[in-house]
Amino acid sequence: MDYLLTEQQIMTRDLAKKIADEKIKPVAAHYDETEEFAWPIMKILADSDLFGVYIPEQYGGLGGGILDMCLVTEELSRACGGIALGFAGTGLGAIPILLYGSDEQKKKFLPDVAKGKRLAAFCITEAEAGSDAGSIKTTARKEGDHYILNGTKQWITNAGEAEIYTVIAMTDKTKGTRGASAFIVEKGAKGMDFGKKEKKLGIRASATREVIFTDCRVPAANLISKEGMGFIVALKTFDNSRPGVAAQAIGIAQGALDHAVEYARTRVQFGQPISGFQAIQHMLADMGTQVEAARALVYATARMVDSGAKSVAKESAMAKLFASDVAMKVTTDAVQIFGGYGYMRDYPVEKYMRDAKITQIYEGTSQVQRNVIAANMIKESLKK
Amino acid sequence: MADSITIFLDKCTGCTLCVKACPFGAIHMANKKAVIDMAACTLCGACVETCKFRAIELKKDTGGKKDLSKYKDVWVFCEQKKGVIQSISFELLGEGRKLADKLGVKLCAVILGSGIESKIDELAERGADKIYISDHPALEFYQDDPYTEVFVRLVQEYAPEVILCGATTIGRSLISRVAVKVNAGLTADCTGLDIDKKERILLQTRPAFGGNIMATIVTPNHRPQMATVRHKVMKEAAIDKSHKAEVIRKSYPEEALKSRTRLIDIVAEIEENVNLAEADIIVSGGRGLGGPEHFAIIRELAKALNAAVGASRAAVDSDWIPYSHQVGQTGKTVCPKLYIACGISGQIQHLIGMQSSKVIVAINKDPDAPIFKVATYGIVGDIFDIVPALTKEFQRVLNKV
Amino acid sequence: MNIIVCIKQVPNTTDVRIDPVTNTLVREGVESVINPFDAYAIEEAVRLKERFGGKVTVLTMGPPQAENALKEAISLGCDEAILVSDRKFAGSDTWATSYTLSSAIKKIGTFDVILCGKQASDGDTAQVGPGISAHLDIPQVTYVKKIEDISANAAKVERMTEEGYDIVETPLPCLFTVVKEINTPRLPSLKGMIRAKSAKVLKWTADDIEANPELLGLDGSPTRVVKIFTPAPRKGGEILKGDTADVAKELVELLKDAVR
Repeated sequence: MDYLLTEQQIMTRDLAKKIADEKIKPVAAHYDETEEFAWPIMKILADSDLFGVYIPEQYGGLGGGILDMCLVTEELSRACGGIALGFAGTGLGAIPILLYGSDEQKKKFLPDVAKGKRLAAFCITEAEAGSDAGSIKTTARKEGDHYILNGTKQWITNAGEAEIYTVIAMTDKTKGTRGASAFIVEKGAKGMDFGKKEKKLGIRASATREVIFTDCRVPAANLISKEGMGFIVALKTFDNSRPGVAAQAIGIAQGALDHAVEYARTRVQFGQPISGFQAIQHMLADMGTQVEAARALVYATARMVDSGAKSVAKESAMAKLFASDVAMKVTTDAVQIFGGYGYMRDYPVEKYMRDAKITQIYEGTSQVQRNVIAANMIKESLKK
Repeated sequence: MADSITIFLDKCTGCTLCVKACPFGAIHMANKKAVIDMAACTLCGACVETCKFRAIELKKDTGGKKDLSKYKDVWVFCEQKKGVIQSISFELLGEGRKLADKLGVKLCAVILGSGIESKIDELAERGADKIYISDHPALEFYQDDPYTEVFVRLVQEYAPEVILCGATTIGRSLISRVAVKVNAGLTADCTGLDIDKKERILLQTRPAFGGNIMATIVTPNHRPQMATVRHKVMKEAAIDKSHKAEVIRKSYPEEALKSRTRLIDIVAEIEENVNLAEADIIVSGGRGLGGPEHFAIIRELAKALNAAVGASRAAVDSDWIPYSHQVGQTGKTVCPKLYIACGISGQIQHLIGMQSSKVIVAINKDPDAPIFKVATYGIVGDIFDIVPALTKEFQRVLNKV
Repeated sequence: MNIIVCIKQVPNTTDVRIDPVTNTLVREGVESVINPFDAYAIEEAVRLKERFGGKVTVLTMGPPQAENALKEAISLGCDEAILVSDRKFAGSDTWATSYTLSSAIKKIGTFDVILCGKQASDGDTAQVGPGISAHLDIPQVTYVKKIEDISANAAKVERMTEEGYDIVETPLPCLFTVVKEINTPRLPSLKGMIRAKSAKVLKWTADDIEANPELLGLDGSPTRVVKIFTPAPRKGGEILKGDTADVAKELVELLKDAVR
């Protein structure tokens, strides 16, 4: 389908595709197996300027938006959803600064992000605050021109590898969700530590760790926006980043689908390629249609975000919900088409199935997305 | 007047035969008539021959022919390294002999070096009638500047008709510069050389476009006519101990021997296998191996046969094995007694490099693979079954005797 | 450091096929690419610039479409691009090509290093690089696999040979032809691609480079192509059939004498 992308977006997508095909595909299985962080690929992405596609030109980026970020995430995820997260997780960490950072904060941090010199990460989840993000316990206490952070963030993508962390912490517990604030913490800050690397079902090339703050001193200049804005920052960040997760899901689904079509064409059973059987044809047709529908929704949502629309919560939740469900379905069907071979780790499709699952969970589970969608629908109806 | 090519629009029927015939893609159709893109056209004349309607005319420049009669003899640049004459030189002497006989002139060897007086007999035995030798410490090792200067002076003084040179790293570096300096035509990597006796012209045939087509190239109005030939393409001259040569010793003033570049060291890198180009038996692997680790079955068979390991371009481009193992147009040309191609489909560019092998065995799962068209013996099947079976069988037979 | 890279646009040889019926090249769908060996020259030039500063000028002789190759070179880090294009260049052999390029280089003026790929993948002659250095009368080192050391007026490099490599010292300016062992070319960058899109490619004609017209194109080319044909294939032999063990036995029996 022609999505009428701009010339620059086509260039961006094609370059990401080239890197995915030539550089990531050959090493995807290796990083999945070893669970190492793919620094050589991050270097290639940095040199290609792709880290800067969504960052304004005045901060060293290419001036594109969320759609540009989605195009890159999708293409990289087609080769490896885990490695793609080095890029997408950095986007998630940088969006709060993009949306609410002061000019000084932007000048200080965004050029390095755009160049791929420093990766970023976003820290909100805690052991007892998953879907219920309101119950975070990490605190930030003001002391002179510093804040003192205490608490433990869990399952932080890019943790340990990233150098710029945006952290949501409570500055005033008595105010509930209005007592949260967002901070930029740089790796190396005294009192900042990382837990051991988590062992995961999928996206194993992505680094996931705890980020532990013990009397960690953060300059007051690193407070994003104002005290009490933490949850607004987080919610708006997710509104902007969900299309990215959805793009990751589409990429994973497309990658699995490509393998499935190719396999169906070449696998011979009963004396003919299995693509000759209607049972397989219909599966492929459904998979292709679902992926395209998801892509259309995600791109439309990303464009809406880029247009500066005031509220995108419902649409971006829909995009993430639909695309991640499609990814799970399509990757499962791809394994089915491969049959016994699909279940073997010597073949590439089972990895897509493992990688797809996370997209239904992180940055809001599919259930939370439905809550958001329904809440917005009801709110809209009330306004009528 | 220069050569020119014209399409007679009244005769052109728009049949597009010429479009397909043009090896350079220089002809397209416009308003149902053929149009030649002069930027791409090389005036090779392939279209003239295919046109059934004689609508294309190629006018060759015949006027203003220079007097080329002072140029005589066939020269061979004989390459030496550390005082050892390289076998390519003997191959060129073998080919040069035929050309000299057809032209009715002398075959001459040119050798530059230091302390190489003893090499004279070796060159005479290989058929050289005349030997130009320049012996000086400054010429001990190949260096671009002095070798070019000395060679150019020799050419200018003795005016050879034909010069053959090896398409080696030294030969290619040297002869391209000489050709520019003496304003001569030079054709690289010839696989066939012949003489048009009437015109006394050297017919130089070489592969083009990765060996997909062959081109015959001439140098009508310039002398000498210069060609390079790759190692193992021609047969070595036989040794005739009784053959004697006239020797012309040349020495040159210091300024001719000066080198701007300075050779600091010569480093030899021992390869894991015998030099591919010299091997009597070669076992090669290609894309069919599927990965670098599977070259093990090729190495095992090679070990059993005391053979060298070769590879197709596909295997090398995938980084399964270093470039030094590549056989073909862009790799090495080989001419072993036995060549065993495993999982190589036989792209023309590969065939060019190995098809003069005495016996060729091809093992491939695709019965239509082009490699079978050149194979003495072919086996259609899975290399992972057949190659290990062959290894075992060879080991059994060879160890028994 | 001022560096000039000479490149050639070639048909992607992995795409070139012969029509089995007409015995002619199938050109449809064959894309034009930068000669693969030149990619290493471009990369080395950009690396030299990154180390020592200066400017990389990429130069090609070819039809107007060759501008695409130059733009790609800009996206890979080259600063300026020059296309030498003129109908008068038609039919150039390696002599005339190296003369034309050397004339263009004289017009560019000052330079420290000229880099070329070791050969072009369509012609495989390896003659143009040395030809340029001969026309310019500057030193050359061919088949360079490593630039060990380079300063404002000298360089120490490794030249690949059949047996290993030579270590050679040369004054600058000098021409190097490079082999694929020298580096791993980078992918283009987005900013490079955007810059390339709007970059102005200088276009020079035969008049612009003040070349002697008698030495250009076909007039300046000592060689002529007189015949083009498809190589006669070697005749195929015998196909051995049967199960693996039997076939292996049969073949070994046939080859017994050859392998001793």
